Amino acid sequence: MTLDQLHHITAKESAARQNLRYQLDVCVAAGCLSSHSDRVKKSLEEVLAGREVKESYRVRGVGCMGLCSLGPLVSVEPGGALYQSVSPADTAEIVEHLDYEPLKRLQCPRDLPFFERQVNVVLENSGRIDPERIEDYVAAEGYEALIKALTEMTPAEVIEQITRSGLRGRGGAGYPTGLKWGTVAKAGSGSKYVVCNADEGDPGAFMDRSVLESDPQRVLEGMIIAGYAVGASRGYIYVRAEYPLAVTRLNAAIRQAKHLGLLGTEICNTTFDFDIDLRLGAGALVCGQATALIASIEGQRGAPRPRPPYPAQVGLFECPTLINNVETFANVPPIIRKGGDWYAGMGTKKSKGTKVFALTGKINRTGLIEVPMGMTLREIIFDIGGGVPEGRKFKAVQTGGPSGGCLPEQFLDMAVDYDSLAQAGSIMGSGGMIVMDDGSCMVDVAKFFMEFCMTESCGKCIPCRAGTAQMYNLLAKISEGAATQGDLAMLEDLCDMVKHTSLCGLGQTAPNPVLSTLRHFRDEYVAHIVEKRCPAGVCPCPAKEGGR
Amino acid sequence: MSPVAEVRTLRVDGIDLSARADQTILDAAREHEVSIPTLCHLDGLSDVGACRLCLVEVKGVGKLLPACVTRVEEGMDVTTESDRLRKYRRMILELLFAERNHICSVCVANGHCDLQSLAQNQGLTHIEFPYRYPKLPVDASHERFVVDHNRCILCTRCVRVCDEIEGAHTWDVMGRGIESMVITDMRQPWGESDTCTSCGKCIQVCPTGALFEKGRYGAQMAKKRDFLPYLAIMREARK
Repeated sequence: MTLDQLHHITAKESAARQNLRYQLDVCVAAGCLSSHSDRVKKSLEEVLAGREVKESYRVRGVGCMGLCSLGPLVSVEPGGALYQSVSPADTAEIVEHLDYEPLKRLQCPRDLPFFERQVNVVLENSGRIDPERIEDYVAAEGYEALIKALTEMTPAEVIEQITRSGLRGRGGAGYPTGLKWGTVAKAGSGSKYVVCNADEGDPGAFMDRSVLESDPQRVLEGMIIAGYAVGASRGYIYVRAEYPLAVTRLNAAIRQAKHLGLLGTEICNTTFDFDIDLRLGAGALVCGQATALIASIEGQRGAPRPRPPYPAQVGLFECPTLINNVETFANVPPIIRKGGDWYAGMGTKKSKGTKVFALTGKINRTGLIEVPMGMTLREIIFDIGGGVPEGRKFKAVQTGGPSGGCLPEQFLDMAVDYDSLAQAGSIMGSGGMIVMDDGSCMVDVAKFFMEFCMTESCGKCIPCRAGTAQMYNLLAKISEGAATQGDLAMLEDLCDMVKHTSLCGLGQTAPNPVLSTLRHFRDEYVAHIVEKRCPAGVCPCPAKEGGR
Repeated sequence: MSPVAEVRTLRVDGIDLSARADQTILDAAREHEVSIPTLCHLDGLSDVGACRLCLVEVKGVGKLLPACVTRVEEGMDVTTESDRLRKYRRMILELLFAERNHICSVCVANGHCDLQSLAQNQGLTHIEFPYRYPKLPVDASHERFVVDHNRCILCTRCVRVCDEIEGAHTWDVMGRGIESMVITDMRQPWGESDTCTSCGKCIQVCPTGALFEKGRYGAQMAKKRDFLPYLAIMREARK
C-alpha cells in the first residue's frame, strides 16, 4: 500500500458517493443499539428497497454520534438533517420527507451547544464513517499518518512530534506520552511490545468502548505508528469481553488492515513488520493496572506487581513494553498528520489537546463529548449537557470513577485539566463524569464506590484487600445512622493508610471518593452520625428527612 | 556471584553502610542488623511486595517504598522507623487480625507464629477494627497435612515455595479481594490433588497456623525453614 493507492481508494469512495442521491446514516454503536437502532436500519433498508432507482439510496451503519440519550439517531446526507428517537414505525415517513422539508416531528437541531461547543479530534470520524469498512476510514484521511511516518519520518522524529504535541496518557494518570515512547525506544534493541489498554471498567465510563465501536481503525493506526516509533513488531489489544461489539469490530478491522497490507509483514512496502492480536479480559478492574494487565496477557492471575521495574523496561514476557490507553492511541494519527504543534495549540498550559468525556447521571443530554482541555465544568455540564433535569439543583459531579472524587458547586468554574482536578481532590481519570443532583446522598455515593473497590480489589496486598472491606463496613454503618464520631476518625485513618501503603493504583486511589466527599460534604457525614439523619433522604437512617 | 561486585553506599537510619548494587534495602539493612518487619518475604523465595509491612521512607521520594523489592541506590537516605511507619504497620497487622479468625490460645502455631511475634514486636495489645468473623472451611483431606483457612493471611509463601522450590505448583490463589483463598490444584480437596508431592515445604514456610501437620496440637507446630536459603544458594551455585 502506497500513498497513491490510498488516494485511489479515496477517489473510488467519493465517486461512489457522488452517484448517491441520499445517504442515511444510522448509529449502530452500543448506545443506540440498546434502543434498537438495528431494527431502524433494517426498516429503512426495506422501505428504500421498494423505491424506484433504489441504487441511488444508501443506508449505512455508523459509529456513535454522541447524543446517546436521544437515540436511535439517524442523519441524512445531503441536507444534514438529524433525527432523534427514531423507531421502525417512523422510517417510511422519514423516507417520504427526503425530497422535501425535514420531518419536524423527529428533527434534532444541529445547532445545539451539545454539537457546536465540541472540538472533535479523537471522535472526528465517530458517527461519520462505517466502523466495519476500512475504505470509509481511508476516505477520511485514514492511514495517511502511518504512510507519512513510515516513509518520511524516522522513529525519533515520530517521538519528537508526539512529545511536542504535549499529549498525556488518557487512561487517567496523565503521564507524558512522548516521554513514555522515548523510554521504550531507548530500552535495548531486542523484542518489544505495544499494548493497548482497553480494559475500561470505571462505573459510568464508555469513552474507549465508543471509540473502539465507532472508529477501530484509528486505534490500530495509532498502535502501528507507536510500534514503528519504539521498535516493536507485535501489539496486543487487551479489551474487555463485556464489549462484544468492540471485539467483533476490532477483529474485522484487523482482518481488513491486513488485507490492504497496512498490518502484517512489510507494511506499506517498507521493512517494517507489525502484527496485532486481541486478548480478552474477564472483567476485572485491576487488570487496567499496567502490571496486572501484563500478567493477564501472559495467562497468569491478573494481579499487579511492584514497580520498578516499569513495563517500559521489563514488561510483557519480560520485554520492554509500551502500554497506552485507547484514547491515547486514537490521538496519534491526527498528531502525525497535522503535526505536534497543531495539537499543542489546543488546551491549557500543562494539559494539551482535547479530552473525551462520558456524561452520565442527572443531566439532560447524556452522551459522549469531546472538548478542549481547559473548558470549565459549568460549560460542560450546563451548556453542553443541558444542566440538571426536572428543575432539581446541581449538587456535585463525580470525575475519575472509583479513583476520583466528587466536586461541588464552587468548582463549577474551574477549568478542567489534569492539574486543576487533582488540586480540587479529584482526578481526570479516564473521562467518566457522573452528575448528581440534590437527591443524591454523598455518604451513599462514597459507599457505592467503596463497595466497587472492595469487590474489584485483587486481594494481593493487605491494605487494599482488608482495608477497603473495613472502610465499606464503616460507610455502611454511617449510612444506617449507627456510627459514632470514633468510627469517622477510624475511617479517616484507614483512608490515609490505604492511600499511602497499597501496592497499586487501585488501592492507592480507592479512598479518594471518601476523602473528597469528606472534604466538601463533611456536614452530611456529621448529620448521619450526630442527628441520625440522611439530608437527602436516601440512606436507611432512623430519622428520615422531614419525618422526625 | 561475580567476584567484582558493584558497590553502593547508602544511609539507613543514620548508619552509613555499603551494599552490592543487586541487593535490596531489606538485604542491606539486615546485613547491618537494622531490622525491618516483614511477613510475605522469606529468604529463598521470590518477593511479591504484598504485605506492605516493610515499607520505608526514602528521602526525596514522595511515596513509601517496600524494602523487600527496592534495590539500593547510591546516596539513598532510608528511614525504617518513624511514627508514621509504626502507625501504618500496626494498622496493617490489626487489619490481618480482624480479617479472619486468629485465636492464638487455641492455635497449633501459638509461640511459633510470625504474625503473633510481629504483633508482639510492634506492641499490639488490642485490635480496634471490628472483627469480620468469616465462616471459612478447614480442609483435612490430606493424609498428613491440614489447611485451616481461618488462619491464612494470604502471604502466598506456600504458593511460591510449591512453584519455585518444589516445582509442583499445587497451590494458587482463587477469588478476588476479601474473598481470596489459597487452593490446591483447581480447588480439589488437598487429599485428592494430583500434583501435590506431600513434600511438606508449604507447612514449613507458612507464617501462621494455617498449614500444619496432623497430630500436632496447641503450640506444637514449630516451623523449620533452614532448608530454604540452603536450597537457593545451591541452585544459584549450579547455574
